[in-house]
Amino acid sequence: MLAYLVRRLLYALPILIGVNLVTFALFFVVNSPDDMARMQLGVKRVTPEAIARWKAERGYDKPLFINEAANGTAVFTDTIFFSKSARMFAGDFGRAEDGRDIAREIVSRMGPSLAIALPTFLLGLLVTISLALLLTFFRASYLDFWGVVLCVAMMSISGLFYIIGGQYLVSKVWRLVPISGYGGGLDAWKFLILPVVIGVVSGIGSSTRWYRTIFLEEIARDYVRTARAKGLSELTVLFRHVLRNALIPILTGVVVVIPLLFMGSLLTESFFGVPGLGSYTIDAINAQDFAVVRAMVFIGSVLYIVGLILTDISYTFVDPRIRFH
Amino acid sequence: MAPVVLWSDALIWLLVAAALAFAWGSRRNPLLRAAWQRVGRSRTGMASATVLLFYVCVGLLDSLHFRPRLESGETQIAASSERKPAVYAVQVLSLLDAVLSPLRTRSEKTYSEPLATRAHAKEAIELRDASGRVRQIRDYPRLQYGGAHLGADETRRDADIGERLLRALAIALLVWWALAAATATALARIEACSHVEAWRRIWCNETGFACNAVLAVIAALLLVGIALGQLAVDYHVFGTDKVGQDVLYQVLKSVRTALVIGLVTTLVMLPLAVFLGVVAGYFRGWVDDLIQYLYTTLSSIPGVLLIAAAVLMMQVVIDTHPQWFATAAERADLRLLALCFILGVTSWTGLCRLLRGETLKLRELEYIQAAQAFAVSDLRILARHILPNLMHIVIIALVMDFSSLVLAEAVLSYVGIGVDPTMISFGTMINNARLELAREPAVWWSLAAAFVFMFTLVLAANLLADAVRDAFDPRLAGAA
Repeated sequence: MLAYLVRRLLYALPILIGVNLVTFALFFVVNSPDDMARMQLGVKRVTPEAIARWKAERGYDKPLFINEAANGTAVFTDTIFFSKSARMFAGDFGRAEDGRDIAREIVSRMGPSLAIALPTFLLGLLVTISLALLLTFFRASYLDFWGVVLCVAMMSISGLFYIIGGQYLVSKVWRLVPISGYGGGLDAWKFLILPVVIGVVSGIGSSTRWYRTIFLEEIARDYVRTARAKGLSELTVLFRHVLRNALIPILTGVVVVIPLLFMGSLLTESFFGVPGLGSYTIDAINAQDFAVVRAMVFIGSVLYIVGLILTDISYTFVDPRIRFH
Repeated sequence: MAPVVLWSDALIWLLVAAALAFAWGSRRNPLLRAAWQRVGRSRTGMASATVLLFYVCVGLLDSLHFRPRLESGETQIAASSERKPAVYAVQVLSLLDAVLSPLRTRSEKTYSEPLATRAHAKEAIELRDASGRVRQIRDYPRLQYGGAHLGADETRRDADIGERLLRALAIALLVWWALAAATATALARIEACSHVEAWRRIWCNETGFACNAVLAVIAALLLVGIALGQLAVDYHVFGTDKVGQDVLYQVLKSVRTALVIGLVTTLVMLPLAVFLGVVAGYFRGWVDDLIQYLYTTLSSIPGVLLIAAAVLMMQVVIDTHPQWFATAAERADLRLLALCFILGVTSWTGLCRLLRGETLKLRELEYIQAAQAFAVSDLRILARHILPNLMHIVIIALVMDFSSLVLAEAVLSYVGIGVDPTMISFGTMINNARLELAREPAVWWSLAAAFVFMFTLVLAANLLADAVRDAFDPRLAGAA
């Protein structure tokens, strides 16, 4: 197992380097730093001096890959690629446009992001799997049919409408909770409950339908017939046999997402004014803060790869037949 | 007028041509034909296809662009003198704009409710009383165009609307009746049965094609469409937005953007996914390793962030090269295409992985090995034996992706990395309208209209996708 993990981690390295190169190419090769400077400073009436100063402030005035003017290792280290891209591996993301350290900002914003994403994730999983089991239990009945119809209808509503509608009804018309904002401590639940509920509701459609298909596939298997033949009740069959065997396909889709919870949800956080990583990213996109977007892309892919490895590990817990060498 | 071919127009029509060619080609393939016939029998599938067809027609109408000729005051004089070169407006219009020109040009000052005759907010109005003095009162001002035909008698509005609705109902029933009768006659001739029997078969869905569902949907569409048309002539059916533009017009214009995003993206994604997936699965070895590395790297970057990064960079390119674009429409159009391109490049990995897996399975089958033993070239094996057997996966993936792309456009436009802000789309409509609910009293009609149209489009696409998947998936088709 340990050897397997080490090997997986080593496999992850080239992928991360690839991600790094892709983002580097996107941010520095497609556009020269001059273009970025012109964009930031306003396209018209921008002097070469202003561009040069902008580049020097951010360290974009170096050569891309090889600095021929430098000596020794500085030939490679005193370049944009090394100072901006390669140092991300060490957790050094540089500074944002407002001069703050990105790494520190990310750490402080992780809390609010998790406070919303984690309950949404867990509650959503519970609700959708229960609903899917319910539909499976009543399969081929009117409840099942209309349940699926409802799921498809819910899938077809854009996530934006869930948020806008929910905010309007709950916060403005019924005045139950504040529309947006975030508070620490015990009062935080007031701010958290609406985004969590909306997050769960907006995910019901597609997830329930997806889990239902998985369960229906399992229920057609021979072992289910055997279980019924030996006299087990339908509920026992569903919970003890079908649910446990359906865990593998469910885990495949679910575990990958867990590390990405740190990233928060872009939409929810920006609508509800939560100072998390999602709203950080949106603000950076709107302010065209390239350094922050670059950092988030890198962190996102690291977390995704962690998620893939976690998925593999989780398989061994639910299926004792799976062994990694 | 001078025709203008925007890039997205060309691609949309190319797609239409490709779809027609594919449909023609698949008539000869018995497997595909059987699958499409299964789709045709599905009632939900055909009903949603009808709705989609309506959307596609609106989108296609909106994909024929031209620049109108500028009417100059001296045309009469110029006619006698030597011919001048025609002057064209900078504004690029589409055929849909021309059809909807009353809706497009009749702008109010600001918000007005659906079917209203007066504005949404009070304003200071100057009144001249009998003695000729100017007096100011605060009241809801009359709209310039909404219900203008009523004149001073605004109380007649409800009766007028009712009358128009009844007229619409009558016309819709008449047209529908004609269509239904034509269908029944055609069916009676094909099946060689009596007219009454044809009607009964349509009603009981005993035809090879889900006629009854299509006819029902057509009835609903006719009813809604004609009623909208009757009302839109003199009212703002869905109200007007902040700058007084008709919301119905905006919603209809949004359809094209959604279709371009949903369809053109597949044009980018498909060649990448199919080519790389098949090649990786068939040749294996280092080619496979390389392609796997490529898609693992790309798919490990969270989609939204990669799109955000790419769109930001594209924005820089567009903003620093203003000289590339003759009109604002061209710039918006190129941005739309770039968005499609980026969405395509970020979303091909899923399909590619599927196709690679399936090719790995196929290449071990006897008929492929037989072909290899006969020294059939690799290219020929790929084209003749492997690709046709992957078709169902490709078709299912295409229809499934459409709805998610339409939804993605709205989210991306909200985040600020979607289409050009000047381009009308569901995303920009929602984005502009999202703060209006917070007003007192709330302005809900823009959002509601965008919601209804987008929901119908995506729901129809989802239902059609289900029908197509049920018909094409060999695992499901065997069970049915």
